[in-house]
Amino acid sequence: MSESVSRPLTDAVIRFAGNSQDGIQAIGGFLARLAGRTDKDVMTYMTIPATISGGPSIFQVRLGTGEVLSAGDEVDILVAFYQHSYQNHIATLRTGGLLIYDSDAVQPEPNPTRYRTLGVPISSLTVEAIGGTGKDKGKNMFVLGLVARLFDLDLPKLERMLEDYYRSKGEDVVRRVLGAFHAGYAYNLGQLTEDYRFAGAIPRGDRPRVVMDGNQALAYGAIAAGIRFGAGYPITPWSTIMETLRAELPKYGGIFVQAEDELAAIAMACGASYAGYLAVTGTSGPGISLKSEAIGWAVMAEIPVVIVDVQRGGPSTGLPTNVEQSDLNLACYASHGDAPRIVIAPADVEDCFYTMIEAANLAREYSCPVIVLTDQALATRVETFEMPDFSKCVQDLSPTFEPRGPNFKPYANTPDGIAHHAPPGTPMVDGKYPVVTGLEHDESGHPASRPANHVMMVAKRRRKLQVLAGRLPKPEVYGPPEGNVLLVGWGSTRGPIREAVDRARAEGESVSAVHIRYLNPLPPGLDEIFDGFPHIFVVELNDEGLYGYGQLAAMLRARYCNDKIRGINKTDGLPFKVREILDQMRRKLSGLPVDVSAAIVEVGDEGGGG
Amino acid sequence: MIAETQTQPSQRYTKKDLVADHPTWCPGCGDFSILSVFFKLMEKRQVPHEKITCVAGIGCSSRFPYFVNAYGVHFLHGRALPFATGISLMRPDLHVFVFGGDGDAFSIGGNHIDHAARKNVRMTYVIMDNEVYGLTKKQTSPTSPVGFKSKTDPTGAVDHPINPMKKLIAAGATFVARTHSHLPNHVMEMMERALDHDGFSVIECLSECTEFFPGAFDSANPRKGGQFQLVPPDHDVTDEVAAYRLALAPPPGYFGVFYQVKRPTKNALEAGIIEQARQKIGSATPQELLQKTFQRFS
Repeated sequence: MSESVSRPLTDAVIRFAGNSQDGIQAIGGFLARLAGRTDKDVMTYMTIPATISGGPSIFQVRLGTGEVLSAGDEVDILVAFYQHSYQNHIATLRTGGLLIYDSDAVQPEPNPTRYRTLGVPISSLTVEAIGGTGKDKGKNMFVLGLVARLFDLDLPKLERMLEDYYRSKGEDVVRRVLGAFHAGYAYNLGQLTEDYRFAGAIPRGDRPRVVMDGNQALAYGAIAAGIRFGAGYPITPWSTIMETLRAELPKYGGIFVQAEDELAAIAMACGASYAGYLAVTGTSGPGISLKSEAIGWAVMAEIPVVIVDVQRGGPSTGLPTNVEQSDLNLACYASHGDAPRIVIAPADVEDCFYTMIEAANLAREYSCPVIVLTDQALATRVETFEMPDFSKCVQDLSPTFEPRGPNFKPYANTPDGIAHHAPPGTPMVDGKYPVVTGLEHDESGHPASRPANHVMMVAKRRRKLQVLAGRLPKPEVYGPPEGNVLLVGWGSTRGPIREAVDRARAEGESVSAVHIRYLNPLPPGLDEIFDGFPHIFVVELNDEGLYGYGQLAAMLRARYCNDKIRGINKTDGLPFKVREILDQMRRKLSGLPVDVSAAIVEVGDEGGGG
Repeated sequence: MIAETQTQPSQRYTKKDLVADHPTWCPGCGDFSILSVFFKLMEKRQVPHEKITCVAGIGCSSRFPYFVNAYGVHFLHGRALPFATGISLMRPDLHVFVFGGDGDAFSIGGNHIDHAARKNVRMTYVIMDNEVYGLTKKQTSPTSPVGFKSKTDPTGAVDHPINPMKKLIAAGATFVARTHSHLPNHVMEMMERALDHDGFSVIECLSECTEFFPGAFDSANPRKGGQFQLVPPDHDVTDEVAAYRLALAPPPGYFGVFYQVKRPTKNALEAGIIEQARQKIGSATPQELLQKTFQRFS
């Protein structure tokens, strides 16, 4: 946001802080969808308490007329519903920002210089507008109206969205919603409306834009990919993917099963894949530990299956509603034995959609499990992206049953090492049928523990991923290909890292970034990229580890024997702020100690809770 | 779901065509009898060769799929049922057989029986119960009787054993039968009735481990002086309480079908959900459907 408030804004960060039952996510949701309809970019960030109902909750929206890369470091406008919301979040409001508070519930301390304040009797005006009974309901719509007026947002479009959304709940609800909304919109904000006006949006491509969260994009990506069977067990934050698939797959002739446990879920997925229908399963946190044995089976039996891991804070039950990138080691190595598999990580919401298609195709092409490594922050954040061209990306993966053989061997020791299965129902012309197994086996699938056979098969399963590695695209450097500092990232941190590069370069520093999408196997060309920089920092949301390196940093050091590789890590369960990346980078460059905990602004409920 | 496989009718086959690897079982193992009954049943019923699908977990009896020349899966210890569930739901054209032992069924995989049974997923599960861990060379199993001496209970087992029939009936299995590998004709009858059952059919088949628990089931083997006690002819198989009463009989207990009811299968219920969804959508292609859905997000 521009420091001079009278000029048009390019972007603004608005944080709504209240309790989880206040419907503040609805405010954010409508703002995000409106942004998508008016050529604005948006990224949201929210925390939901792990408790079932009640408790503090926030929703943060960053609206912008250019590309929005992160949820924003500092809050431009804080909307506080309660005294605790004010107290817990006032520290995040930037100097010169605006505090909007419910003057019926909040008494801010006098602070004439650091930020502006606007007390609005939100509770009583809402009651006045829609009647006395629904005191707590409707405040969110009042605030939505207030924000719409403040930023001069598209009123007719918002009204239409509200009507569309609430129509199914009855005329009465629509009337109350609009009543509260209009009361907020009618509130006289005076000079403020002049100060918060967006610059004209940059026109985008011809295709309309959609607004959804990462888990939605991922679920629909699976459907577009042609996946027609899924199985899962409820666990946060994976659950919303399975909920979407359970509701949507039947429309496409597919089935999603809520399994009795994590082990059954992956077993069902392996079964459906074996039967000819590539399947998806997924989980978070402890669930991926439970699935480890079956991942090894799918590697050994060379059965394709797509496994989504929505990472959260760990180990054990850990931080169920917080983000961490600490499952990388598990994703790459989970299971006993030498068990190579494919691991990909989507970078943003749009990428979640396309990553699932790619994961499905890689699983089939290389006949092995593919782990899609997303995380809590990406799962819940809402972004706008261009409507996919479904004529280009929708796939049909129905099996075929043409007769095979003679001498059909699913595990033939070919140069590329890739297994080729026939689903049951496929006639074998020589009458000899294959078995698939977790035992070491010969080329036809029958158990074989001969030393030479194991050597051959271990190499075969490894070789196919080496073939894949050779086919992967070389990552592109964001910024100049040579310079002083290279920031390396993976997964959901791509946006903040790019924004860090932009900001550092604007301040005259020589910083570039590279994003690693394929984590196992690694793509080619990274060593050449690394050669262009004396300082390489791997930015990850995980611990620096026993030896001082995060999980990807340790992998890259082992892979490239490059002692220039260091880490920028943190473990507060929250997404990287741009400032945090740059602070650590600068301290490490000047040899200063880094104390991450010192940098954390304590914002009570932001951690989400148990 | 779910294409009916389009293949030309396969040729008639005989038991010999179904023989694959030579079984790794010890001489005299009860499992041989079950394998040969399975061959006979397939030959009799002429299930198309390419559609015979056997799934197993881990254990001596779970080696079964290797010995059948048909589609076979050797999955994880205890997880054969959910694997078979994945196959069954997506492939209504296949009748999936699951083979395994008492450890697989009642110990490491105990939870899956309850859910495959209550969901009534269409398949046949044959539990070859020898009351001992054989593959790992004589440890106590969940069905070992109290007092059974094993390497993990050198002074005799102390834990109360699971009563398989009680567990299976309670889980909600819609076909529950019990048989004895020493009486192949009875095994055949149970397996054939299980095959014809539309739902989750499960058979506990006592199968002697001659190596680590010889004589375990002699008391039900007429050739060893035992008494093979059939389920009484007047037993009502739809009466759950009567089925429990049979299950409570002291060893060696009754043999035959304890319980059989009709309940919609998971397969049929899921097909119904699909049908209902498709009725709303009409003939929209996946591409059109996704387009429409995404318009709601724009």
